[in-house]
Amino acid sequence: MYKIVRKKELNPTVTLMEIEAPLIAKKAEPGQFIIFRAKADSERVPLTIADFDREKGTVTIIFQIVGGATMELNTLNEGDSLQDFVGPLGKPSETDGLKKVAVVGGGVGCAIAYPIAKKLHNLGCEVHSIVGFRNKDLVILEDEFNAASDKLCMMTDDGSYGTKGLVTNALEELIKEGNEYDEVIAIGPVIMMKFVSMLTKKYNIKTIVSMNPIMIDGTGMCGGCRLTVGGETKFACVDGPDFDGHLVDFDEAMHRGTMYKEFETHAREASCNLLNKEVK
Amino acid sequence: MAVQKNMDPKKCPMPVQDPMVRRNNFEEVALGYTYEMAVNEARRCLNCKHKPCTTGCPVQIDIPAFIERVANEDMEGAYQIIAKSSSLPAVCGRVCPQEKQCESKCVRGIKGESVGIGRLERFVADWHRENCKDAPAVPEQNGHKVAIIGAGPSGLTAAGDLAKLGYKVTVYEALHLAGGVLVYGIPEFRLPKIIVQKEIDNLKAIGVDVETNMVIGKVLTIDELFEMGNEAVYIGSGAGLPRFMNIPGESLKGVYSANEYLTRINLMKAYKEGSKTPIKHSKKVAVVGGGNVAMDAARSAKRMGAEEVYIVYRRGMEELPARKEEVEHAEEEGIIFKTLTNPVEVLGNEAGEVCGMKCVEMELGEPDASGRRRPIVKEGSEFVLDVDTMIMSIGTSPNPLIRSTTPGLDTNAKGCIVTNGEDGLTTREGVYAGGDAVTGAATVILAMGAGKAAAKAIDEYIKNKQ
Ligand SMILES: Cc1cc2nc3c(=O)[nH]c(=O)nc-3n(C[C@H](O)[C@H](O)[C@H](O)COP(=O)(O)OP(=O)(O)OC[C@H]3O[C@@H](n4cnc5c(N)ncnc54)[C@H](O)[C@@H]3O)c2cc1C
Ligand SMILES: Cc1cc2nc3c(=O)[nH]c(=O)nc-3n(C[C@H](O)[C@H](O)[C@H](O)COP(=O)(O)OP(=O)(O)OC[C@H]3O[C@@H](n4cnc5c(N)ncnc54)[C@H](O)[C@@H]3O)c2cc1C
Ligand code: SF4
Ligand code: SF4
Ligand code: FES
Repeated sequence: MYKIVRKKELNPTVTLMEIEAPLIAKKAEPGQFIIFRAKADSERVPLTIADFDREKGTVTIIFQIVGGATMELNTLNEGDSLQDFVGPLGKPSETDGLKKVAVVGGGVGCAIAYPIAKKLHNLGCEVHSIVGFRNKDLVILEDEFNAASDKLCMMTDDGSYGTKGLVTNALEELIKEGNEYDEVIAIGPVIMMKFVSMLTKKYNIKTIVSMNPIMIDGTGMCGGCRLTVGGETKFACVDGPDFDGHLVDFDEAMHRGTMYKEFETHAREASCNLLNKEVK
Repeated sequence: MAVQKNMDPKKCPMPVQDPMVRRNNFEEVALGYTYEMAVNEARRCLNCKHKPCTTGCPVQIDIPAFIERVANEDMEGAYQIIAKSSSLPAVCGRVCPQEKQCESKCVRGIKGESVGIGRLERFVADWHRENCKDAPAVPEQNGHKVAIIGAGPSGLTAAGDLAKLGYKVTVYEALHLAGGVLVYGIPEFRLPKIIVQKEIDNLKAIGVDVETNMVIGKVLTIDELFEMGNEAVYIGSGAGLPRFMNIPGESLKGVYSANEYLTRINLMKAYKEGSKTPIKHSKKVAVVGGGNVAMDAARSAKRMGAEEVYIVYRRGMEELPARKEEVEHAEEEGIIFKTLTNPVEVLGNEAGEVCGMKCVEMELGEPDASGRRRPIVKEGSEFVLDVDTMIMSIGTSPNPLIRSTTPGLDTNAKGCIVTNGEDGLTTREGVYAGGDAVTGAATVILAMGAGKAAAKAIDEYIKNKQ
């Protein structure tokens, strides 16, 4: 079993958990993920490794409460244990030879983008971070990004914090100011990654996106996580999750992401009812 | 004690659930012989001196010897004979392609039907499980450690044999549950999971450690397994990587690999009321392929409530590679066989969902290198099959995770681990491999046999090293 040693609410819908998993902590690299099951009959759900402490033997995950599985995870508290926690899965993000990079994070995607920004920063790379949220209440990891970036652009959709606008506006501005990036790393909702990739294509800047399709095993066994990249079928769990943003078929990925929408709505309602009962 | 032979030319039929009932449930289809049926069927065996049946069994179970015990109603004695050669008789008795193996060699099969060897094996194994409650003897430890990768039939067999020889064995399994294809692929209605669980419990009882959630190659490498004090490693990681056809439309919503479909249903229990695992509740399903995996996917789809389920296979009924019994059961359950048919495109609607499958008809041409007649496309035969779900079941290959993280481990062009062919020794000293990881997708009994051979070789290797 995998014990929760720390739990912290980052905003009303995003929670951080530090989990005891010494073997995974020993191997984890930014860009990799774990698959957890909260309880014995739960779904297997992937989450990025947001941080790790090799000495303490812990792995940090940051998750947005969007549906049944993440709601269930959020019912666990410090001292409780997760049923299953497997990883580190996927390929680590490549950082070799990067001197100047723009890291673009959207919403909870910032949790996935943060460890890469931190690693690049520690390697001496110049990091410009652009993080976007719907509004002020949803902002997460601001201090962490500040510490890991040479420049931080905070964007909100409604202007309630930082600058009003989309991450693509800020990125285009930075590019136009003459910043020459070796690479742009974009992590967030598929639609955001699509638009970042379209923008950087125009400026011919290599762009890496982190894809988050529906997964089961995470070991290349089910093929459920497949994507089309440059006309070829790739399995995100073993070939990714990082891919060249200029080659990914985002529209297809968006379609596939909605495969179980109806089922998920039911599951979410069922969990809500259950939670409400527990509260009473 | 001489018993009266039973000269009935036909096998005692297997009691089964009624097709119209069973196609709505996930309970086991074949109910198993009763005690009387087993004894009666055993008395059909002529106890041939030259034992032709045994030559058809990949692990050479002493078939006439165990059947004679059954005829004499010594069930535990029968079990002990089988257990000498096979560690998973309750599984193999259910899923072996007997008609191509042991039973194909049976002399009773010349003038009538062969002896029901598989059914008897199943009966004996089930009898033992239900009646013999003695805890297995815990072997004395010899102080040596061995690591096994993958808890499928191959890894579990190697683990059991080595543990019985006194080794401290740890099995590392990537999924949250041990059993390999036996738990994630083969459905409950063909192989109840409680049988697999019981086998794993027995291994644990004799001191085998089973560590789930351990993806070797990621969390630990083979080199690290050696650093941890293991003196040999056995790779039984299977062939789980699904193949697709690379035809247009394969990424539409509603196209599954058989592995994904079956994993959702079996491992993740999507068939149970209130399961948290989503799965598409399809109306019309096409399963592409003709092996056991295809039959399992089709019959599962039917049980999940699909109205029409097709098996789409490019050769003819005669060429279907699935076990004969599974094909018969599928037909009885109303699965429609579209043989000599091949898909060329999956059609989608605006929401990106499958709304049809474009197919061509095939005819059989000259035999190819494998001796099977090669299917060729019939000109102008294109048609659209009206389906909302397509399940790809055209084969799998070994997963690259281990080979890409183990220097010095050679694999062939198909990604299969190269061994010396006898006892599973790979190109790395102390590393053995077997089962689907070496052969590509094959059978439970072959995977088990490979695990047995490797366990023996590992024992000799470690003894000789001292
Ligand atoms: C490699 C990878 C890394 C990820 N990292 C993070 C992370 O660090 N933090 C985080 O909050 N989320 C992350 N996700 C997304 C996370 O897995 C989903 O939010 C989660 O599965 C939702 O489960 P649920 O039951 O709570 O919601 P559901 O009700 O199942 O779904 C809600 C939404 O999530 C999508 N979704 C459902 N199942 C999955 C799945 N298995 N994988 C991906 N998306 C799914 C649905 O399309 C839907 O839009 C990651 C996904 C992947 C593949
Ligand atoms: C649906 C289906 C139906 C079948 N029906 C029949 C039948 O009727 N009769 C028959 O004889 N055969 C049948 N087969 C084939 C048979 O199941 C396989 O040949 C057999 O299971 C192979 O055994 P194995 O131990 O080599 O591999 P598997 O059973 O595949 O087990 C391998 C195990 O290794 C684990 N693993 C993989 N990689 C790693 C890693 N890196 N680290 C740790 N663990 C890892 C996997 O998760 C898995 O649990 C069927 C197969 C399928 C899919
Ligand atoms: S293990 Fe398979 S081949 Fe061998 S006797 Fe049993 S059913 Fe026949
Ligand atoms: S060949 Fe048939 S009849 Fe002869 S010993 Fe084997 S099972 Fe019995
Ligand atoms: S999650 Fe199953 S193959 Fe990637």
